[in-house]
Amino acid sequence: MIDQLSVFIENKAGRLAELTRTLSGAQVNMRALILADTAEFGVVRIICDRPHEAKRALEAEGFGVSLTQVIAVQVPDTPGGLADVLEVFGAEGINVEYAYCFVEPGSAYAVDIFKVDDERAISVLRDAGLTVIAAEQLYAKD
Amino acid sequence: MYQPEFEAMAREELNDLQLQRLQALLKRVYENVPLYRDKFDAAGVSPDITSLEDLSKFPFTVKDDMRSAYPYGMFAVPLKDIVRVHSSSGTTGQITVVGYTKGDIERWSDLMARTLACAGAGPEDIVQVTYGYGLFTGGLGVHYGSERLGATTIPISGGNTKRQVQVMKDFGTTILACTPSYALLIAETALEMGIDLHDLPLKAGIFGAEPWSENMRLQVEEIMGCKAIDIYGLSEIMGPGVASECSEQHGLHVNEDHFLVEIIDPETLQPVPDGESGEVVFTTLTKEGIPVIRYRTRDISRIIPGECPCGRGFRRMERVTGRSDDMLIIRGVNVFPSQIEQVLAGIPGVAPHYQVILDKRGSMDTVEVNVEVAPDMSFDEIRELEALQNRVRGEIQSALAVSIAVKLVEPKSIERSQGKAVRVIDKRS
Repeated sequence: MIDQLSVFIENKAGRLAELTRTLSGAQVNMRALILADTAEFGVVRIICDRPHEAKRALEAEGFGVSLTQVIAVQVPDTPGGLADVLEVFGAEGINVEYAYCFVEPGSAYAVDIFKVDDERAISVLRDAGLTVIAAEQLYAKD
Repeated sequence: MYQPEFEAMAREELNDLQLQRLQALLKRVYENVPLYRDKFDAAGVSPDITSLEDLSKFPFTVKDDMRSAYPYGMFAVPLKDIVRVHSSSGTTGQITVVGYTKGDIERWSDLMARTLACAGAGPEDIVQVTYGYGLFTGGLGVHYGSERLGATTIPISGGNTKRQVQVMKDFGTTILACTPSYALLIAETALEMGIDLHDLPLKAGIFGAEPWSENMRLQVEEIMGCKAIDIYGLSEIMGPGVASECSEQHGLHVNEDHFLVEIIDPETLQPVPDGESGEVVFTTLTKEGIPVIRYRTRDISRIIPGECPCGRGFRRMERVTGRSDDMLIIRGVNVFPSQIEQVLAGIPGVAPHYQVILDKRGSMDTVEVNVEVAPDMSFDEIRELEALQNRVRGEIQSALAVSIAVKLVEPKSIERSQGKAVRVIDKRS
Protein backbone atom coordinates (compact mmCIF):
# COMPACT_ATOMS: atom_id res chain seq x y z
CA MET A 1 0.00 0.00 0.00
CA ILE A 2 1.01 3.58 -0.66
CA ASP A 3 0.82 6.41 1.90
CA GLN A 4 -1.00 9.30 0.33
CA LEU A 5 -1.33 12.69 2.05
CA SER A 6 -4.87 14.04 2.24
CA VAL A 7 -4.89 17.71 3.15
CA PHE A 8 -7.95 19.81 4.03
CA ILE A 9 -7.74 23.37 2.73
CA GLU A 10 -10.17 26.23 2.70
CA ASN A 11 -10.86 27.80 -0.67
CA LYS A 12 -8.86 30.96 -0.32
CA ALA A 13 -6.29 32.53 -2.58
CA GLY A 14 -2.72 31.47 -1.94
CA ARG A 15 -3.48 28.54 0.35
CA LEU A 16 -2.37 25.88 -2.16
CA ALA A 17 0.82 27.87 -2.73
CA GLU A 18 1.46 27.89 1.03
CA LEU A 19 0.91 24.15 1.13
CA THR A 20 3.40 23.38 -1.64
CA ARG A 21 5.91 25.91 -0.28
CA THR A 22 5.74 24.19 3.10
CA LEU A 23 6.54 20.88 1.42
CA SER A 24 9.45 22.39 -0.45
CA GLY A 25 10.72 23.89 2.82
CA ALA A 26 10.77 20.36 4.24
CA GLN A 27 12.68 19.17 1.16
CA VAL A 28 9.77 16.94 0.19
CA ASN A 29 9.52 16.03 -3.49
CA MET A 30 6.11 15.28 -4.96
CA ARG A 31 5.18 12.58 -7.45
CA ALA A 32 1.57 13.57 -7.95
CA LEU A 33 -0.93 16.12 -6.67
CA ILE A 34 -4.65 16.25 -7.31
CA LEU A 35 -7.16 18.76 -5.91
CA ALA A 36 -10.77 17.81 -5.32
CA ASP A 37 -12.91 20.79 -4.41
CA THR A 38 -16.35 21.83 -3.26
CA ALA A 39 -17.73 25.36 -3.04
CA GLU A 40 -16.07 26.02 0.32
CA PHE A 41 -13.15 23.70 0.83
CA GLY A 42 -10.90 21.32 -0.99
CA VAL A 43 -9.04 18.10 -0.33
CA VAL A 44 -5.56 17.92 -1.82
CA ARG A 45 -4.21 14.41 -2.36
CA ILE A 46 -0.47 14.07 -2.73
CA ILE A 47 1.99 11.25 -3.39
CA CYS A 48 5.43 12.38 -2.21
CA ASP A 49 8.72 11.39 -0.66
CA ARG A 50 8.86 10.94 3.15
CA PRO A 51 5.09 11.23 3.69
CA HIS A 52 5.31 11.13 7.52
CA GLU A 53 7.77 14.02 7.56
CA ALA A 54 5.57 15.85 5.05
CA LYS A 55 2.56 15.39 7.35
CA ARG A 56 4.48 16.75 10.35
CA ALA A 57 5.68 19.78 8.37
CA LEU A 58 2.16 20.58 7.16
CA GLU A 59 0.59 20.14 10.59
CA ALA A 60 3.16 22.49 12.07
CA GLU A 61 1.85 25.11 9.61
CA GLY A 62 -1.73 24.51 10.71
CA PHE A 63 -2.95 22.24 7.91
CA GLY A 64 -5.35 19.39 8.62
CA VAL A 65 -3.60 16.32 7.25
CA SER A 66 -4.23 12.59 7.27
CA LEU A 67 -2.38 9.70 5.67
CA THR A 68 -4.54 7.52 3.45
CA GLN A 69 -3.70 4.06 2.20
CA VAL A 70 -4.07 3.76 -1.56
CA ILE A 71 -3.04 1.18 -4.16
CA ALA A 72 -0.62 1.91 -6.99
CA VAL A 73 -0.66 -0.21 -10.16
CA GLN A 74 1.89 0.05 -12.93
CA VAL A 75 0.34 -0.34 -16.37
CA PRO A 76 1.74 -0.02 -19.91
CA ASP A 77 1.34 3.51 -21.24
CA THR A 78 -0.89 2.28 -24.08
CA PRO A 79 -4.63 2.49 -24.85
CA GLY A 80 -6.60 0.27 -22.46
CA GLY A 81 -4.01 0.28 -19.68
CA LEU A 82 -6.41 1.74 -17.10
CA ALA A 83 -9.47 -0.06 -18.42
CA ASP A 84 -7.79 -3.43 -17.83
CA VAL A 85 -7.41 -2.66 -14.13
CA LEU A 86 -10.91 -1.26 -13.70
CA GLU A 87 -12.43 -4.30 -15.38
CA VAL A 88 -10.72 -6.55 -12.82
CA PHE A 89 -12.25 -4.49 -9.98
CA GLY A 90 -15.60 -4.46 -11.78
CA ALA A 91 -15.66 -8.22 -12.26
CA GLU A 92 -15.02 -8.73 -8.54
CA GLY A 93 -17.60 -6.18 -7.45
CA ILE A 94 -14.94 -3.91 -5.93
CA ASN A 95 -15.99 -0.29 -5.82
CA VAL A 96 -13.42 2.42 -6.60
CA GLU A 97 -13.88 5.53 -4.46
CA TYR A 98 -11.50 7.61 -6.51
CA ALA A 99 -8.62 7.16 -8.91
CA TYR A 100 -5.99 9.22 -10.69
CA CYS A 101 -3.03 8.49 -12.91
CA PHE A 102 0.37 9.90 -13.73
CA VAL A 103 3.09 9.19 -16.26
CA GLU A 104 6.78 9.80 -15.77
CA PRO A 105 8.10 11.45 -18.99
CA GLY A 106 10.15 9.00 -21.05
CA SER A 107 8.73 6.00 -19.25
CA ALA A 108 6.79 3.28 -21.06
CA TYR A 109 4.54 2.90 -18.02
CA ALA A 110 1.84 4.83 -16.27
CA VAL A 111 1.01 4.64 -12.54
CA ASP A 112 -2.67 4.36 -11.62
CA ILE A 113 -3.64 5.22 -8.03
CA PHE A 114 -6.84 3.76 -6.55
CA LYS A 115 -8.68 4.28 -3.29
CA VAL A 116 -10.82 1.21 -2.67
CA ASP A 117 -12.41 -0.03 0.50
CA ASP A 118 -11.98 -3.77 0.03
CA GLU A 119 -9.33 -6.02 1.56
CA ARG A 120 -9.28 -8.29 -1.47
CA ALA A 121 -8.15 -5.56 -3.87
CA ILE A 122 -4.42 -6.27 -3.99
CA SER A 123 -4.70 -10.05 -4.26
CA VAL A 124 -7.35 -9.73 -6.95
CA LEU A 125 -5.05 -7.50 -9.00
CA ARG A 126 -2.08 -9.83 -8.55
CA ASP A 127 -4.16 -12.86 -9.48
CA ALA A 128 -5.08 -11.04 -12.69
CA GLY A 129 -1.35 -10.67 -13.48
CA LEU A 130 -1.25 -6.91 -12.85
CA THR A 131 1.78 -5.15 -11.32
CA VAL A 132 0.94 -3.70 -7.90
CA ILE A 133 3.88 -1.53 -6.89
CA ALA A 134 5.36 -1.14 -3.43
CA ALA A 135 5.86 2.21 -1.73
CA GLU A 136 9.65 2.20 -2.10
CA GLN A 137 9.32 1.94 -5.87
CA LEU A 138 7.38 5.18 -5.90
CA TYR A 139 8.90 7.40 -3.21
CA ALA A 140 11.48 7.58 -0.44
CA LYS A 141 9.88 6.06 2.67
CA ASP A 142 10.32 7.38 6.19
CA MET B 1 -14.53 23.75 53.75
CA TYR B 2 -12.46 26.83 54.48
CA GLN B 3 -14.98 28.57 56.75
CA PRO B 4 -17.49 25.90 57.83
CA GLU B 5 -18.91 28.23 60.50
CA PHE B 6 -20.40 30.26 57.63
CA GLU B 7 -20.51 27.83 54.72
CA ALA B 8 -22.50 25.22 56.66
CA MET B 9 -24.57 27.71 58.66
CA ALA B 10 -28.20 26.80 59.40
CA ARG B 11 -30.60 28.67 57.11
CA GLU B 12 -32.36 30.51 59.94
CA GLU B 13 -29.10 31.71 61.43
CA LEU B 14 -27.94 32.76 57.96
CA ASN B 15 -31.15 34.73 57.35
CA ASP B 16 -30.67 36.58 60.63
CA LEU B 17 -27.11 37.46 59.68
CA GLN B 18 -28.20 38.57 56.21
CA LEU B 19 -30.97 40.80 57.59
CA GLN B 20 -28.67 42.39 60.12
CA ARG B 21 -26.08 43.09 57.42
CA LEU B 22 -28.69 44.31 54.94
CA GLN B 23 -30.16 46.77 57.44
CA ALA B 24 -26.73 48.24 58.16
CA LEU B 25 -25.90 48.32 54.44
CA LEU B 26 -29.02 50.20 53.37
CA LYS B 27 -28.43 52.85 56.03
CA ARG B 28 -24.79 53.14 55.06
CA VAL B 29 -25.43 53.67 51.34
CA TYR B 30 -28.34 56.06 52.00
CA GLU B 31 -26.07 58.23 54.11
CA ASN B 32 -22.90 58.03 52.04
CA VAL B 33 -23.81 57.59 48.36
CA PRO B 34 -25.91 60.38 46.82
CA LEU B 35 -26.93 58.13 43.92
CA TYR B 36 -28.60 55.67 46.29
CA ARG B 37 -30.18 58.41 48.38
CA ASP B 38 -31.75 59.88 45.22
CA LYS B 39 -32.86 56.49 43.96
CA PHE B 40 -34.40 55.43 47.27
CA ASP B 41 -36.17 58.76 47.66
CA ALA B 42 -37.49 58.63 44.10
CA ALA B 43 -38.82 55.11 44.70
CA GLY B 44 -40.31 56.14 48.04
CA VAL B 45 -38.48 53.46 50.02
CA SER B 46 -36.89 53.89 53.40
CA PRO B 47 -33.62 52.22 54.38
CA ASP B 48 -35.32 51.03 57.58
CA ILE B 49 -36.44 47.51 56.74
CA THR B 50 -37.73 44.69 58.89
CA SER B 51 -37.41 41.64 56.64
CA LEU B 52 -35.27 40.37 53.77
CA GLU B 53 -38.35 40.40 51.52
CA ASP B 54 -38.42 44.20 51.79
CA LEU B 55 -35.40 44.31 49.48
CA SER B 56 -37.62 43.58 46.48
CA LYS B 57 -39.13 47.09 46.81
CA PHE B 58 -35.76 48.72 46.26
CA PRO B 59 -34.66 50.02 42.86
CA PHE B 60 -32.14 48.13 40.75
CA THR B 61 -28.60 49.24 40.01
CA VAL B 62 -27.47 48.82 36.41
CA LYS B 63 -24.18 49.05 34.57
CA ASP B 64 -25.09 52.56 33.34
CA ASP B 65 -25.34 53.80 36.93
CA MET B 66 -21.75 52.71 37.44
CA ARG B 67 -20.66 54.24 34.14
CA SER B 68 -22.20 57.61 34.91
CA ALA B 69 -20.60 57.55 38.37
CA TYR B 70 -17.18 57.10 36.71
CA PRO B 71 -14.70 57.07 38.27
CA TYR B 72 -15.44 57.33 42.02
CA GLY B 73 -19.07 58.50 42.23
CA MET B 74 -20.41 55.33 43.84
CA PHE B 75 -17.73 54.91 46.45
CA ALA B 76 -19.21 54.85 49.97
CA VAL B 77 -16.00 55.75 51.80
CA PRO B 78 -13.44 58.54 51.32
CA LEU B 79 -10.60 57.69 48.92
CA LYS B 80 -8.11 57.60 51.78
CA ASP B 81 -9.83 54.40 52.95
CA ILE B 82 -9.62 52.78 49.51
CA VAL B 83 -6.51 50.64 49.19
CA ARG B 84 -7.03 49.26 45.69
CA VAL B 85 -9.07 49.85 42.54
CA HIS B 86 -9.97 47.46 39.75
CA SER B 87 -12.00 48.05 36.66
CA SER B 88 -14.23 46.16 34.28
CA SER B 89 -12.91 45.36 30.83
CA GLY B 90 -15.11 47.94 29.13
CA THR B 91 -15.66 45.76 26.06
CA THR B 92 -19.20 47.06 25.71
CA GLY B 93 -18.63 50.72 26.58
CA GLN B 94 -16.87 52.98 29.02
CA ILE B 95 -14.97 51.17 31.76
CA THR B 96 -16.24 51.19 35.32
CA VAL B 97 -14.10 51.54 38.42
CA VAL B 98 -14.52 49.61 41.66
CA GLY B 99 -12.69 50.34 44.92
CA TYR B 100 -11.76 48.10 47.84
CA THR B 101 -11.03 48.98 51.46
CA LYS B 102 -8.56 46.99 53.52
CA GLY B 103 -11.52 45.09 54.96
CA ASP B 104 -12.88 44.38 51.45
CA ILE B 105 -9.56 42.84 50.41
CA GLU B 106 -9.57 40.75 53.61
CA ARG B 107 -13.06 39.40 52.93
CA TRP B 108 -12.35 38.88 49.22
CA SER B 109 -9.26 36.84 50.13
CA ASP B 110 -11.38 34.66 52.43
CA LEU B 111 -14.04 34.19 49.76
CA MET B 112 -11.47 33.21 47.14
CA ALA B 113 -9.86 30.83 49.65
CA ARG B 114 -13.34 29.29 50.04
CA THR B 115 -13.59 29.00 46.24
CA LEU B 116 -10.26 27.23 45.98
CA ALA B 117 -11.11 24.92 48.89
CA CYS B 118 -14.45 24.26 47.17
CA ALA B 119 -12.46 22.98 44.18
CA GLY B 120 -10.54 20.64 46.49
CA ALA B 121 -7.45 22.81 47.07
CA GLY B 122 -5.53 23.13 50.33
CA PRO B 123 -2.21 24.48 51.66
CA GLU B 124 -0.29 21.63 49.98
CA ASP B 125 -1.43 22.70 46.52
CA ILE B 126 0.41 24.65 43.83
CA VAL B 127 -1.87 27.20 42.20
CA GLN B 128 -0.97 28.61 38.78
CA VAL B 129 -2.81 31.91 38.37
CA THR B 130 -3.18 32.36 34.64
CA TYR B 131 -5.89 35.01 34.88
CA GLY B 132 -4.56 38.42 33.90
CA TYR B 133 -3.03 40.55 36.66
CA GLY B 134 -3.85 44.22 36.53
CA LEU B 135 -7.10 46.12 36.43
CA PHE B 136 -8.97 42.87 35.71
CA THR B 137 -10.05 41.30 39.00
CA GLY B 138 -9.22 37.70 37.97
CA GLY B 139 -5.47 37.56 38.59
CA LEU B 140 -5.15 39.39 41.91
CA GLY B 141 -8.45 37.97 43.15
CA VAL B 142 -7.32 34.36 42.79
CA HIS B 143 -3.81 35.30 43.94
CA TYR B 144 -4.90 36.66 47.32
CA GLY B 145 -7.25 33.72 47.87
CA SER B 146 -4.53 31.23 47.09
CA GLU B 147 -2.12 32.90 49.51
CA ARG B 148 -4.86 33.13 52.15
CA LEU B 149 -5.43 29.39 51.80
CA GLY B 150 -1.71 28.86 52.27
CA ALA B 151 -1.21 27.29 48.85
CA THR B 152 1.93 27.86 46.81
CA THR B 153 0.97 30.61 44.40
CA ILE B 154 2.46 31.07 40.92
CA PRO B 155 1.61 34.62 39.74
CA ILE B 156 2.28 33.90 36.06
CA SER B 157 -0.65 35.96 34.68
CA GLY B 158 -2.00 35.33 31.14
CA GLY B 159 -0.20 34.87 27.85
CA ASN B 160 2.89 33.07 26.58
CA THR B 161 1.14 29.73 26.36
CA LYS B 162 4.25 27.60 25.89
CA ARG B 163 5.70 29.01 29.09
CA GLN B 164 2.40 28.25 30.85
CA VAL B 165 2.76 24.59 29.86
CA GLN B 166 6.45 24.49 30.80
CA VAL B 167 5.70 26.00 34.22
CA MET B 168 2.83 23.56 34.78
CA LYS B 169 5.25 20.73 34.14
CA ASP B 170 8.35 22.05 35.91
CA PHE B 171 6.66 23.61 38.96
CA GLY B 172 4.23 20.72 39.44
CA THR B 173 1.07 22.82 39.23
CA THR B 174 -1.93 21.10 40.85
CA ILE B 175 -4.55 23.83 40.38
CA LEU B 176 -4.84 25.91 37.20
CA ALA B 177 -6.90 29.12 37.17
CA CYS B 178 -7.87 30.62 33.79
CA THR B 179 -10.75 31.04 31.35
CA PRO B 180 -12.13 27.77 29.90
CA SER B 181 -11.23 28.81 26.35
CA TYR B 182 -7.64 29.49 27.42
CA ALA B 183 -7.55 26.08 29.14
CA LEU B 184 -8.27 24.52 25.74
CA LEU B 185 -5.46 26.51 24.14
CA ILE B 186 -3.07 25.41 26.89
CA ALA B 187 -4.10 21.79 26.26
CA GLU B 188 -3.55 22.14 22.49
CA THR B 189 -0.19 23.76 23.07
CA ALA B 190 0.88 21.00 25.48
CA LEU B 191 -0.01 18.45 22.81
CA GLU B 192 2.13 20.31 20.24
CA MET B 193 5.00 20.38 22.73
CA GLY B 194 4.69 16.62 23.21
CA ILE B 195 3.58 16.99 26.84
CA ASP B 196 0.72 14.80 28.00
CA LEU B 197 -1.20 16.74 30.65
CA HIS B 198 -2.42 13.42 32.10
CA ASP B 199 1.16 12.73 33.23
CA LEU B 200 1.25 15.99 35.24
CA PRO B 201 0.03 16.32 38.86
CA LEU B 202 -2.80 18.69 37.83
CA LYS B 203 -5.88 18.03 40.05
CA ALA B 204 -8.36 20.69 39.09
CA GLY B 205 -8.86 23.79 37.03
CA ILE B 206 -10.94 26.70 38.28
CA PHE B 207 -12.35 28.16 35.14
CA GLY B 208 -14.54 31.23 34.84
CA ALA B 209 -15.00 34.75 33.43
CA GLU B 210 -16.92 33.51 30.39
CA PRO B 211 -19.97 31.29 29.82
CA TRP B 212 -19.20 27.69 28.91
CA SER B 213 -21.22 24.54 28.45
CA GLU B 214 -21.40 21.16 30.16
CA ASN B 215 -20.10 19.46 27.00
CA MET B 216 -17.12 21.78 26.98
CA ARG B 217 -16.47 20.84 30.61
CA LEU B 218 -16.37 17.15 29.70
CA GLN B 219 -14.00 17.90 26.86
CA VAL B 220 -11.67 20.00 29.04
CA GLU B 221 -11.67 17.30 31.72
CA GLU B 222 -10.82 14.60 29.21
CA ILE B 223 -8.06 16.52 27.47
CA MET B 224 -6.51 17.91 30.68
CA GLY B 225 -7.07 14.89 32.92
CA CYS B 226 -8.35 17.03 35.81
CA LYS B 227 -11.59 18.24 37.34
CA ALA B 228 -12.93 21.38 35.67
CA ILE B 229 -14.62 23.57 38.29
CA ASP B 230 -16.83 26.48 37.26
CA ILE B 231 -16.35 29.69 39.24
CA TYR B 232 -18.33 32.90 39.02
CA GLY B 233 -17.78 36.50 39.83
CA LEU B 234 -17.92 39.99 38.41
CA SER B 235 -15.96 43.10 39.22
CA GLU B 236 -19.09 45.17 39.98
CA ILE B 237 -19.90 42.80 42.84
CA MET B 238 -16.35 41.90 43.87
CA GLY B 239 -14.56 39.78 41.26
CA PRO B 240 -14.07 36.02 41.34
CA GLY B 241 -15.32 34.40 44.55
CA VAL B 242 -18.99 35.36 44.38
CA ALA B 243 -20.06 31.76 43.66
CA SER B 244 -18.26 28.52 43.01
CA GLU B 245 -18.87 24.88 42.26
CA CYS B 246 -17.90 22.23 44.79
CA SER B 247 -16.64 18.77 43.89
CA GLU B 248 -20.27 17.73 43.18
CA GLN B 249 -20.07 19.96 40.07
CA HIS B 250 -23.78 20.58 40.21
CA GLY B 251 -24.35 24.29 40.53
CA LEU B 252 -22.30 27.10 42.07
CA HIS B 253 -22.70 27.84 45.79
CA VAL B 254 -23.34 31.55 46.23
CA ASN B 255 -21.50 32.99 49.23
CA GLU B 256 -24.81 34.05 50.73
CA ASP B 257 -23.34 35.47 53.92
CA HIS B 258 -21.79 38.22 51.77
CA PHE B 259 -24.08 38.40 48.74
CA LEU B 260 -27.85 38.27 48.47
CA VAL B 261 -28.88 36.62 45.23
CA GLU B 262 -32.20 37.12 43.47
CA ILE B 263 -33.39 35.79 40.14
CA ILE B 264 -35.75 38.14 38.34
CA ASP B 265 -37.89 37.95 35.25
CA PRO B 266 -36.05 40.40 32.91
CA GLU B 267 -39.38 41.54 31.41
CA THR B 268 -41.51 42.12 34.52
CA LEU B 269 -38.46 42.67 36.81
CA GLN B 270 -40.25 40.64 39.50
CA PRO B 271 -38.34 37.99 41.48
CA VAL B 272 -39.08 34.42 40.36
CA PRO B 273 -39.16 31.37 42.69
CA ASP B 274 -36.17 29.04 43.10
CA GLY B 275 -35.89 26.70 40.13
CA GLU B 276 -37.05 29.23 37.53
CA SER B 277 -34.63 30.86 35.10
CA GLY B 278 -34.09 34.57 34.88
CA GLU B 279 -31.56 37.34 35.29
CA VAL B 280 -29.24 37.14 38.29
CA VAL B 281 -29.32 40.12 40.67
CA PHE B 282 -26.87 40.59 43.52
CA THR B 283 -26.75 42.80 46.59
CA THR B 284 -23.41 43.02 48.40
CA LEU B 285 -23.90 42.69 52.17
CA THR B 286 -20.43 43.49 53.47
CA LYS B 287 -18.65 45.56 50.82
CA GLU B 288 -17.39 48.87 52.18
CA GLY B 289 -15.68 50.53 49.22
CA ILE B 290 -18.46 50.20 46.69
CA PRO B 291 -21.54 48.48 48.07
CA VAL B 292 -24.09 47.61 45.40
CA ILE B 293 -27.83 47.27 45.84
CA ARG B 294 -29.72 44.90 43.52
CA TYR B 295 -27.18 44.92 40.69
CA ARG B 296 -28.59 43.51 37.43
CA THR B 297 -25.81 41.28 36.10
CA ARG B 298 -27.46 40.44 32.73
CA ASP B 299 -26.36 36.86 33.40
CA ILE B 300 -29.02 34.21 32.89
CA SER B 301 -29.25 31.43 35.47
CA ARG B 302 -31.54 29.88 38.08
CA ILE B 303 -31.35 28.69 41.67
CA ILE B 304 -31.14 24.91 41.89
CA PRO B 305 -33.66 23.84 44.54
CA GLY B 306 -32.62 21.37 47.22
CA GLU B 307 -29.56 20.69 49.32
CA CYS B 308 -26.09 19.81 48.12
CA PRO B 309 -24.50 16.59 49.44
CA CYS B 310 -21.25 18.51 50.09
CA GLY B 311 -22.71 19.95 53.30
CA ARG B 312 -22.54 23.61 52.32
CA GLY B 313 -25.76 25.37 53.16
CA PHE B 314 -25.47 28.09 50.53
CA ARG B 315 -27.94 27.84 47.66
CA ARG B 316 -26.55 26.95 44.25
CA MET B 317 -26.97 28.88 41.03
CA GLU B 318 -26.85 26.93 37.80
CA ARG B 319 -23.89 27.58 35.50
CA VAL B 320 -24.50 30.81 33.58
CA THR B 321 -25.71 29.81 30.13
CA GLY B 322 -25.41 33.26 28.63
CA ARG B 323 -25.66 36.97 29.20
CA SER B 324 -28.65 38.91 28.08
CA ASP B 325 -25.96 41.28 26.68
CA ASP B 326 -24.46 38.47 24.59
CA MET B 327 -27.85 37.44 23.36
CA LEU B 328 -28.11 37.79 19.62
CA ILE B 329 -31.40 38.55 17.99
CA ILE B 330 -31.36 36.82 14.63
CA ARG B 331 -34.46 37.25 12.51
CA GLY B 332 -36.33 37.89 15.74
CA VAL B 333 -35.10 34.73 17.48
CA ASN B 334 -33.05 35.00 20.69
CA VAL B 335 -29.79 33.10 20.38
CA PHE B 336 -26.91 32.63 22.84
CA PRO B 337 -23.48 31.80 21.36
CA SER B 338 -23.01 29.25 24.17
CA GLN B 339 -25.77 27.15 22.58
CA ILE B 340 -23.53 26.74 19.53
CA GLU B 341 -20.60 25.68 21.67
CA GLN B 342 -22.78 23.12 23.45
CA VAL B 343 -23.68 21.56 20.08
CA LEU B 344 -20.12 21.54 18.74
CA ALA B 345 -18.68 19.93 21.84
CA GLY B 346 -21.00 16.97 21.22
CA ILE B 347 -19.94 16.32 17.61
CA PRO B 348 -16.80 14.28 16.92
CA GLY B 349 -14.65 15.63 14.10
CA VAL B 350 -14.97 19.31 14.98
CA ALA B 351 -13.18 21.41 17.59
CA PRO B 352 -15.18 23.59 20.02
CA HIS B 353 -13.68 26.67 18.39
CA TYR B 354 -16.12 28.67 16.36
CA GLN B 355 -16.94 32.13 15.19
CA VAL B 356 -20.37 33.47 14.33
CA ILE B 357 -20.48 36.01 11.53
CA LEU B 358 -23.67 38.02 11.32
CA ASP B 359 -24.42 40.00 8.21
CA LYS B 360 -27.33 41.27 6.16
CA ARG B 361 -28.46 40.34 2.67
CA GLY B 362 -31.05 43.00 1.84
CA SER B 363 -33.16 43.18 4.98
CA MET B 364 -32.47 39.56 5.88
CA ASP B 365 -30.01 38.64 8.64
CA THR B 366 -27.52 36.02 7.54
CA VAL B 367 -25.59 33.83 9.95
CA GLU B 368 -22.46 31.98 9.05
CA VAL B 369 -20.82 29.79 11.67
CA ASN B 370 -17.17 29.01 11.01
CA VAL B 371 -16.24 25.75 12.68
CA GLU B 372 -12.79 24.24 12.92
CA VAL B 373 -12.33 20.64 11.85
CA ALA B 374 -10.52 18.58 14.50
CA PRO B 375 -6.85 18.02 13.60
CA ASP B 376 -7.18 14.22 13.99
CA MET B 377 -10.14 13.96 11.62
CA SER B 378 -9.81 11.89 8.43
CA PHE B 379 -9.49 14.43 5.65
CA ASP B 380 -9.52 12.11 2.67
CA GLU B 381 -13.16 11.88 1.75
CA ILE B 382 -15.07 14.90 0.52
CA ARG B 383 -18.39 13.26 1.21
CA GLU B 384 -17.49 12.59 4.85
CA LEU B 385 -16.47 16.22 5.26
CA GLU B 386 -19.70 17.32 3.61
CA ALA B 387 -21.67 14.97 5.86
CA LEU B 388 -19.90 16.54 8.86
CA GLN B 389 -20.73 20.02 7.60
CA ASN B 390 -24.39 19.03 7.16
CA ARG B 391 -24.56 17.46 10.59
CA VAL B 392 -23.11 20.56 12.24
CA ARG B 393 -25.54 22.75 10.35
CA GLY B 394 -28.50 20.52 11.19
CA GLU B 395 -27.71 20.29 14.89
CA ILE B 396 -27.04 24.02 15.31
CA GLN B 397 -30.21 24.86 13.42
CA SER B 398 -32.34 22.64 15.56
CA ALA B 399 -30.74 23.99 18.74
CA LEU B 400 -31.21 27.63 17.74
CA ALA B 401 -34.36 27.37 15.62
CA VAL B 402 -32.70 29.65 13.06
CA SER B 403 -31.38 28.66 9.66
CA ILE B 404 -27.67 29.19 9.27
CA ALA B 405 -24.75 28.40 7.00
CA VAL B 406 -21.79 26.40 8.28
CA LYS B 407 -18.29 26.68 6.92
CA LEU B 408 -15.65 24.17 7.92
CA VAL B 409 -12.32 25.90 8.42
CA GLU B 410 -8.81 24.57 8.91
CA PRO B 411 -7.58 23.40 12.32
CA LYS B 412 -6.36 26.25 14.56
CA SER B 413 -7.32 28.90 12.01
CA ILE B 414 -9.71 30.70 14.35
CA GLU B 415 -7.77 33.13 16.47
CA ARG B 416 -7.25 31.91 20.05
CA SER B 417 -7.90 34.27 22.88
CA GLN B 418 -5.77 34.39 26.00
CA GLY B 419 -8.63 35.87 27.97
CA LYS B 420 -12.28 36.06 27.06
CA ALA B 421 -12.94 34.57 23.62
CA VAL B 422 -14.40 36.69 20.80
CA ARG B 423 -17.13 34.50 19.35
CA VAL B 424 -19.31 36.89 17.42
CA ILE B 425 -18.54 39.27 14.58
CA ASP B 426 -21.57 41.40 13.85
CA LYS B 427 -21.36 43.17 10.49
CA ARG B 428 -25.05 44.10 10.40
CA SER B 429 -24.88 47.70 11.58
